[in-house]
Amino acid sequence: MSAVLELVEFDAEGFMNDAKAWTPEIGEAIAATLGITLTNRHWVVINFARKEFTEKGEAPSLRRITKTTDVDTKEIYQLFPGGPAKVAAKIAGLSKPTGCI
Amino acid sequence: MVANKLAPVLDPEEWRIIIVDRDETHYYQPGFLFIPFDIYKPADVVKPKRNFIPRNVEVIMSDIEVIEPEANRVKLMRGNQVIQYDYLVIATGSQIKPDEISGMTESGWRKNIFDFYTLEGATALSRFLKFWPGGRLVLNIAEMPIKCPVAPLEFLFLADWFFHERELRDKVELVFTTPLSGAFTKPRAAGVLGDMLAEKGIHLEADFNIGEVDNSKQVIRSHDGREIAYDLLVTIPTNMGSDVIERSDMGDELNFVPTDKHTLQSSQYENIWIIGDAGNTPTSKAGSVAHFMLDVLIENMLRHMEGLEPLPKFDGHANCFIESGFEKGILIDFNYDVEPLPGKFPLPGVGPFSLLKESAVNHWGKMSFRWIYWNILLKGGEMPFESQMSMAGKWA
Ligand SMILES: Cc1cc2nc3c(=O)[nH]c(=O)nc-3n(C[C@H](O)[C@H](O)[C@H](O)COP(=O)(O)OP(=O)(O)OC[C@H]3O[C@@H](n4cnc5c(N)ncnc54)[C@H](O)[C@@H]3O)c2cc1C
Repeated sequence: MSAVLELVEFDAEGFMNDAKAWTPEIGEAIAATLGITLTNRHWVVINFARKEFTEKGEAPSLRRITKTTDVDTKEIYQLFPGGPAKVAAKIAGLSKPTGCI
Repeated sequence: MVANKLAPVLDPEEWRIIIVDRDETHYYQPGFLFIPFDIYKPADVVKPKRNFIPRNVEVIMSDIEVIEPEANRVKLMRGNQVIQYDYLVIATGSQIKPDEISGMTESGWRKNIFDFYTLEGATALSRFLKFWPGGRLVLNIAEMPIKCPVAPLEFLFLADWFFHERELRDKVELVFTTPLSGAFTKPRAAGVLGDMLAEKGIHLEADFNIGEVDNSKQVIRSHDGREIAYDLLVTIPTNMGSDVIERSDMGDELNFVPTDKHTLQSSQYENIWIIGDAGNTPTSKAGSVAHFMLDVLIENMLRHMEGLEPLPKFDGHANCFIESGFEKGILIDFNYDVEPLPGKFPLPGVGPFSLLKESAVNHWGKMSFRWIYWNILLKGGEMPFESQMSMAGKWA
């Protein structure tokens, strides 16, 4: 694991415990553990997710991201394979998106 | 329910209560679940709305064209009527939007692709199942949140039972695809319900976000490229708030109205209140929840009329009977903070119901709920328990 992540605390599912402790470097390092190299397009999503989280206290859903940014569903699955909303939240240092109750 | 509660307490000299609804008929939506399996007939789940409306409340049957919250008025489709309001309660619910999924409403819609969240869908499916010789039945949840998130599971449990009874079970493969990582949204219940799926031989395909339906090949494809073949596709399409919310630019990306999750006041307008499925409160969209919201909403509106602050009393309480087939059922009870736990649900005179565990009493609870719904709940009557969740009888 990269040195940047040594002091970072995660929950059982790999989401950061404290979104405020996040830095872009931590984001890069988390992405690397997931096999993702961040590009500008990734940052569009990550920055949006962080902004939403600050305003609403919750990571955005997939639909919210694709409706609000210019990243469409197809692209976001390429950027963040698996569950894009979850993976993006992980990299952005946010807690798991509730989205579903 | 709101009108039934407010009518007796507001002075008719000072207040006019007007209900606007586009549909004359009230649907008992929980009953839709039983129609495909011929347990209920369409006539069991509909009643005219007028039966439930108190005398001093005006009713206008019309589609609402737009809400203009800045001007405190609502424009109706019928006769371009405009209604000014002092207070507005939004209860426009949620509806299915099958067009949100590519290919869903093309060649197979209501031929070998059905929903059961509408009366038409449930009735069409019941006709289809009557003569279906068996095959691969895929039940798909398109996107969360959906109303009554346990209904898809109940559908599968009932299907398992139905095909057993018809001696077709060995000819039917049951597959459940869900965007969730497990059988349900809350971990403890997901475990129990996941085990039940396995016991009944129902295959669970988790983390499946449907991208398209290809009915020429009879497959559904997920965004991450998985393909699942079906003979019969039963879908819970994307659930969204009413179109009028979008037209009024008052909703989030799913047309749900931003709502304070504890006071039920609109997040933007202090004279607008939201009950039921229409809001974005992070709890289940269920009739039981709307019922638990009711007392908090009424108290807070009355406080607001007196110039007092609303109280943050709504705790997200939800309570669902889950039909599990073979005349058994499960009961789950939870809120924003406490997930469904095992134990007993004490109900004076009737209970106790077993929580998070199958029992015949729970099944009868669910079946008698239809009577309670028509005769007590819609009229704003009292249930013998509190709106807030209680920990009594639960094993934490
Ligand atoms: C298959 C199924 C099973 C279910 N099972 C259960 C269960 O077991 N237990 C449980 O608690 N809940 C269950 N539910 C959920 C429950 O039915 C809903 O949560 C409940 O009906 C929500 O009530 P509501 O008043 O918010 O919305 P609704 O009952 O949907 O009412 C919305 C109203 O708004 C009107 N409306 C909408 N838009 C407009 C407009 N533009 N102009 C005029 N009028 C408009 C509609 O005509 C309608 O009358 C189930 C639902 C389904 C579909």
